[in-house]
Amino acid sequence: MANISSTFLGIKSPNPFWLASAPPTDKKYNVLRAFEAGWGGVVWKTLGSQVKNVSSRYSAVDYGGQRVMGLNNIELISDRPLDINLKEIRECVRLFPDRAMVVSLMADNDKQSWHELIKKVEDTGAHGFELNFGCPHGMTERGMGASVGQDPEIARMVVEWVMEAATLPVITKLTPNVHSVVPTGRAVVEAGTHALSLINTIQSITGVDLDTLVPNPYVDGKSVFGGYCGPAVKPIALKMLTTIAQDELTRKVPISGIGGVSTWKDAVEFMLLGASNVQVCTAAMKHGFRIVEDMIEGLTNWMDEKGYKTLDDFIGRSVNTITHWEDLDINYHHIAKINQDKCIHCGLCYIACEDTSHQSIRLDYGNPYNTYTIIEDECVGCNLCKLVCPVNDCITMEVHRKGEEYINWKEYQRRGLPLNDH
Amino acid sequence: MISNNRLSKEEYEQNFTDIHPPFETKEAALVEANRCLFCYDAPCTKICPTGINVPKFIKQITTDNIKGSAHTIFLSNIMGAGCSKVCPVEKLCEGSCVFNLMDEPPIPIAKLQRYSTEMAMEKKWPLFKRKPSAGKKVAVVGAGPAGLSCAHVLAREGVDVTIYEKESEGGGLMTYGIAAYKVTPDFCEDEVNYILSIGGIGIKYNQVLGKDISLSGLQKEFDAVFLGIGVGLARQLEIPGEELDGVVDAISFIYQLRNEGFSKVPVGDRVAVIGMGMTAIDAATQAKRLGAKEVTMLYRRTKDEMPCTQHELDIAMLDGCMIEWLAAPKELKGQDGKVTQIVCDIMQLGEPDASGRRAPVATGETFALEVDMVIKAAGQMPFGELVLSQNLQHSNSKIKVSGSATSIKGVFAGGDCVNGGKEVVDAVQAGKDGAGAILNYLKLK
Repeated sequence: MANISSTFLGIKSPNPFWLASAPPTDKKYNVLRAFEAGWGGVVWKTLGSQVKNVSSRYSAVDYGGQRVMGLNNIELISDRPLDINLKEIRECVRLFPDRAMVVSLMADNDKQSWHELIKKVEDTGAHGFELNFGCPHGMTERGMGASVGQDPEIARMVVEWVMEAATLPVITKLTPNVHSVVPTGRAVVEAGTHALSLINTIQSITGVDLDTLVPNPYVDGKSVFGGYCGPAVKPIALKMLTTIAQDELTRKVPISGIGGVSTWKDAVEFMLLGASNVQVCTAAMKHGFRIVEDMIEGLTNWMDEKGYKTLDDFIGRSVNTITHWEDLDINYHHIAKINQDKCIHCGLCYIACEDTSHQSIRLDYGNPYNTYTIIEDECVGCNLCKLVCPVNDCITMEVHRKGEEYINWKEYQRRGLPLNDH
Repeated sequence: MISNNRLSKEEYEQNFTDIHPPFETKEAALVEANRCLFCYDAPCTKICPTGINVPKFIKQITTDNIKGSAHTIFLSNIMGAGCSKVCPVEKLCEGSCVFNLMDEPPIPIAKLQRYSTEMAMEKKWPLFKRKPSAGKKVAVVGAGPAGLSCAHVLAREGVDVTIYEKESEGGGLMTYGIAAYKVTPDFCEDEVNYILSIGGIGIKYNQVLGKDISLSGLQKEFDAVFLGIGVGLARQLEIPGEELDGVVDAISFIYQLRNEGFSKVPVGDRVAVIGMGMTAIDAATQAKRLGAKEVTMLYRRTKDEMPCTQHELDIAMLDGCMIEWLAAPKELKGQDGKVTQIVCDIMQLGEPDASGRRAPVATGETFALEVDMVIKAAGQMPFGELVLSQNLQHSNSKIKVSGSATSIKGVFAGGDCVNGGKEVVDAVQAGKDGAGAILNYLKLK
């Protein structure tokens, strides 16, 4: 059976599933429940100057009858006294010595505050730090969180302070509220961080209440931009992760992947694109800690089926398949094919193609069931019909190459080959 | 023995409670509405006689636009609320739902339709606005589905409509001819009132065509006339003993049940129901639910030819009704003027007849069943004398039309009196077609 144990910066955990720094990890009670449920590690909710939170704190985007496709929050860092947090961290490490205990930090913006905080946390027996340079709400107004992560030079300076004092491994968590995560990633790697984690939450408004006309979440007639997370942000997180995994400098440090990981499949995707482990929050907040059971079993079964013995056998395997558009093969061409035995005649492929794509599906009226077939000469192979079809494998894409040889856009242009005539 | 008041109040209530209960909550409706694929050129819409845009009204439930959803339904079918309870959806919209092709349960379209339309009726949403009066007057005879549907379309277009109804309430067979566990009298009254709330429609009850009013009189008084007089006469068996006490027709039986209250309707201990259409099912199940000990349905053909749907047959069978296929009544025997026995020919299927179904042929063998009540539900006949007396062209007493126009200029017809008896939803469409033809005739469109 596959071995899913994980080592991240020398920090061992029985599986690569950590809970991200967030409400689920803000006290001993939750963390012990998480460890009992089987989580490999936690990143303790961010410690710093004590703050005060508001009510309410979360709001969500529902979609197609499903709750919480995306979640946003306006909660700040831990609002519990530092002493209590430190005491509880120590107890959790003692009770579950085989699990990873990383502590998230966000000190006030001076060297001394960082050094004092680091010293206190090192005494707990925790295994590492994660620097919170990403929180997009509240703390930013005090010059912390994302306002550090959004400026590579400020981030570099803070990491330098941290590296002077820290004896434990240091992970720097990046904010996605930038046009690219790479500049800050490079700066903090140059400053000596041992690893990166990403993404933090994305600034957002989940919606506006159509009766009160106040956006969510509601705080006495007002709201603020909140940090967005959950399944909705996964595609953005995967893209940002890949840019870090591909950059010559940042790819030299391990990456902890975060952003909408809900299932073992999501976790595998993050790891294929360069994450050494993953951190989860929203899925646990929606369903509780029990979701880790299937994450462990699903990952193990998939690795067994594929013949991977350890996580390192597949981590990063997909990173190099993301290339530049101009390197794509223009001679590659595929065409949709509708399996008439599987077709349920819903017409969704037809109307999508007819109204919004290339008019490549033929409609033969029937009563009550129409017949839909692909007009191969018109099909550009865009996938839209396959994506909207409700039946698995009813529409497949069949390869019909335009030519044998690989030819990219630059070469295509150089040779003066014909462009589209419609 | 035939007697009434066989059950307690609680038992009657339980037996006649709504057979297709509505969604209990908005969430329950949303779970099903969200399953809908929103098909293009959807089979459910194409197979609906009134062409309700089903994917649209279901989508509107998911976007919290129930008002829009109800409008979408009523625009095609002003009796969309009633149809959601009585339509044989398993052979129409739900039967054609593409989920059937995936061996998945279809979308519960009727239940969702009920969700939107009942909310509209309950909140009395005014979903249609009448155009200013067009200065034209139309008489509609019959306040059944065809007549009401026709009247509503005309009223929307600013026509002043007067409906003449022979009964004391509107709704036609919806009110008087459908099992009480499908629609209640209160619901039918609400539905009629909701339809009439658009304004511009006057309704006169207890007006029988040929007695209280005449077609020629209406023609003089109005710019056009629409006949939606339905069918009503039970087809006779034309066998010996039909006059015996205890032999009743299903339409009167159901009418009485709807009109007088459950405990007042007498029913036998051993009841035979003749026929296998929807009305036969309604009669058989309700006889059982009124307290009959034994109900046997007799049908001269087999299950393959039965006019009712499997779903309806299941209701009867779950109620404990027994079924005799290939049994044609030959003679009714009695004692002291009361029916005691029904003798049936045992049939076999021969060559296809005019309906395309294999015709039953007597084998020569018979069997007898001890009964004290016989309910005839072998189909309904048009009001033959009435049709003849108005000099309307007809075919077997069914009024002949060409695009809703009868043989008399300015007189239009639709629904059961034309087609011989179909579903409510067919009559609603016939009413719309009639209104369209009348608007053309009056040069209003």
